[in-house]
Amino acid sequence: MTIRNGQDARHSALSIGPTDPGRRRFVLGAAASGLVAGLVGGLSRWQPASAADNSRGLTHLTGTDFALTIGQLPVQITDRERLAVAVNGSLPAPVLHWQEGDTVTVRVTNQLRETTSIHWHGILVPTGMDGVPGLSFPGIAPGETFTYQFPVRQSGTYWYHSHSGFQEQLGLYGALVIHPKEPEPVTADREYVVLLSDWTDESPARVLAKLKKQSDYYNFNQPTLGDLFRDARREGLSAALAERSMWGEMRMNPTDLADVSGYTYTYLMNGQAPAGNWTGLFRPGERVRLRFINAAAMSFFDVRIPGLRMTVVAADGQPIKPVDVEEFRIAVAETFDVLVTPERDEAYTIFAQSMDRTGFARGTLAPREGMTAVVPRLDKPVALTMADMGHDDMSHAGHDMADMPGMDMGEATVPAAVTHAPTETGPGVDMLAMNPTSRLNDPGVGLRDNGRRVLTYADLHSTFPDPDGREPTETIELHLTGHMERYIWSFNGVKASDAEPIRLRYGNRVRFVLVNDSMMTHPIHLHGMWSDLEDEQGNFQVRKHTISVKPGERLTYRVSADALGRWAYHCHLMMHMETGMFREVFVDE
Amino acid sequence: MNKFIGATLCLLAGQHQSAAVAQDIGHHAHMDDDPLVWMVLVDELEWQNASPDDALAWDVSAWLGHDTGRALFRSEGEMTRGDAADGRAELLWSKPVAAWWDLVGGLREDFGTGPGQTYGLIGVQGTAPYRFHIEADLFGGERGQVGTRLESKYEILVTNRLIAEPRLELQAFGKDDADLGIGSGLSQLELGLRLRYEIRREFAPYVGVEWQGKFGDTADFAGDAGESARDTRFVAGLRCWF
Repeated sequence: MTIRNGQDARHSALSIGPTDPGRRRFVLGAAASGLVAGLVGGLSRWQPASAADNSRGLTHLTGTDFALTIGQLPVQITDRERLAVAVNGSLPAPVLHWQEGDTVTVRVTNQLRETTSIHWHGILVPTGMDGVPGLSFPGIAPGETFTYQFPVRQSGTYWYHSHSGFQEQLGLYGALVIHPKEPEPVTADREYVVLLSDWTDESPARVLAKLKKQSDYYNFNQPTLGDLFRDARREGLSAALAERSMWGEMRMNPTDLADVSGYTYTYLMNGQAPAGNWTGLFRPGERVRLRFINAAAMSFFDVRIPGLRMTVVAADGQPIKPVDVEEFRIAVAETFDVLVTPERDEAYTIFAQSMDRTGFARGTLAPREGMTAVVPRLDKPVALTMADMGHDDMSHAGHDMADMPGMDMGEATVPAAVTHAPTETGPGVDMLAMNPTSRLNDPGVGLRDNGRRVLTYADLHSTFPDPDGREPTETIELHLTGHMERYIWSFNGVKASDAEPIRLRYGNRVRFVLVNDSMMTHPIHLHGMWSDLEDEQGNFQVRKHTISVKPGERLTYRVSADALGRWAYHCHLMMHMETGMFREVFVDE
Repeated sequence: MNKFIGATLCLLAGQHQSAAVAQDIGHHAHMDDDPLVWMVLVDELEWQNASPDDALAWDVSAWLGHDTGRALFRSEGEMTRGDAADGRAELLWSKPVAAWWDLVGGLREDFGTGPGQTYGLIGVQGTAPYRFHIEADLFGGERGQVGTRLESKYEILVTNRLIAEPRLELQAFGKDDADLGIGSGLSQLELGLRLRYEIRREFAPYVGVEWQGKFGDTADFAGDAGESARDTRFVAGLRCWF
């Protein structure tokens, strides 16, 4: 049994003999060149040979006992030095390697001047170990140490992050790799964590304050007079005006793809800005497993590796039937495991452009350190269409919009196709989807018909049948609502502070129906229990922990209420959660 | 008139969400989803080449509060050399009542020509279809006067930083008041066009042109005072907020 580090050629010392499961301790993955440790796929027990400098890469820790210290860390991501919130002096936080079946103990010490917490995203834990201040526990006070301890009941790629204030935006996020008890169904010659995130030099509270004052503050892609002239030349003046008039009537902005953009964000790959060029090494012909994690606060990424076909083998940590794609969109908080086999002795760019096309994270897969490949240009931003707004006929979008009664502004009556709660007519809701549609096979705005094979939710199928097997006996329908200009976000028009918990009876199988009445894509995450996405016929399709819902979309998933206690349920866009798109789910006997 | 103001304030202050509803998630960290927010917007602070003397004009608003309601200050006016400032200041409560509309109510104080006037005010402000910003007020009080003010602005993005903003404002009054130079009916109309460049969102110098007209008896009163009833002005100023 051998282990290879990312740059194994120069680190034969990392090839070690049989491992001693009892002596797994920690690993600092990257050596002087700053590369992340690559692990042999299928190898469940492993240990390091050396601790080395990891200034450019990720720190790795492994074992059953972990000590994490949360504190401030001066960082310089742009040209200015700022204080990040880091774990063990590392941004991103160390990659934790767990073993399925182990009981792990994580002692978390808070060296900040404010309360902190760590939430294990997608991990099945007792409610007291879930790390949400106010629901699971009071939080970790300054100077205190909190001990998390729980059995690890699953395997795959996950992540962890703070659930306190804006600490996640400030750097408190890290990868979680759980090695399976059974041999890996997927084998690879080496593997890397590819953790994507967004960084701003501004204080996150200030970012939110700006959004509250001017919600399009960060959007410099809004339609201009010049765009109108261009559209008029292409489609004729009346069509161009009709389209403007449609959006104008709704008082909506079709370029509202991200609340916070590259205007303030630097997009990071494994903590590296694009110029830092995080690099993962390979030998031509090797099969490399990439564990993609979107740990951003507010940014969706569209990921591709020009020249390489990507085989997606796991979603949100759970194995799926392999799908070959050229590109995938990863919502905030999702994870995808991807296999690539670079055959040629050349570099490949891992390109992750933000959904609004205002920037990208970038890294390189290369046979040797210091190599680069061409970095693609950002795609042109694509505006939302009437289909995105809950109109059901996508083929018409962009043509005769003026004739479409596609939108309801809270004044017209709503057809029987969808029922909106009375609470959705208040001042905090700026639009309702008239005809929300099931669009699992839609890759989403900006990815349609782009000439590449793009992953959609319709491609995701668990390798296992519905683990519960029972039909849901209860349905909970929630609408994703908000008011962009007031910058208020909610479920059913009710913010967290005004809402009662969602109560689930222990042992029940519940169907959640989500209807997105807003213009944004929302990654919805339920703590403590799986979210089993259903296909359009209501059959079990794929097990996930975060379900991304596109504008105007309706989708359903099943939840087995098999975890007692109080759980968080929320949009994983940080500013949406902070402004009200959050619920407590209370599972009770 | 006090009744009018009182009723307005009651209407605005009422209907607060019951605090008890939130208790189920008690001390939960994410309960604070309605932080105290404030903003000061100097929408116009400009030099105008008015006749006979240049003027310094302003249009300023500031608010402080929560999603459920905000204290709102608005002021607009101008100063010319040697003269007292002429304008109005309002202290209001603003409460969202519909997706795009806030109800506002409170006090309006006019200053400048003649004795200062205090009015009770009720109005709406918000965004009309096609994204017209609207402020529409009814006010009344001292000396039995009633009046209305309507303002509308619209943003035309030449580029994402170069923004043209046409603006219309009119005021009408219920009856003549010679002391104040106010005539009944449409008294004043302002049409403006300003072109600003947002160096940052918060900081935008601009140039523009404004036409001001006085009508009816208001125009006559102005004529008696030796002022012209029509004036076209070039303006240059700074829009900023924080």
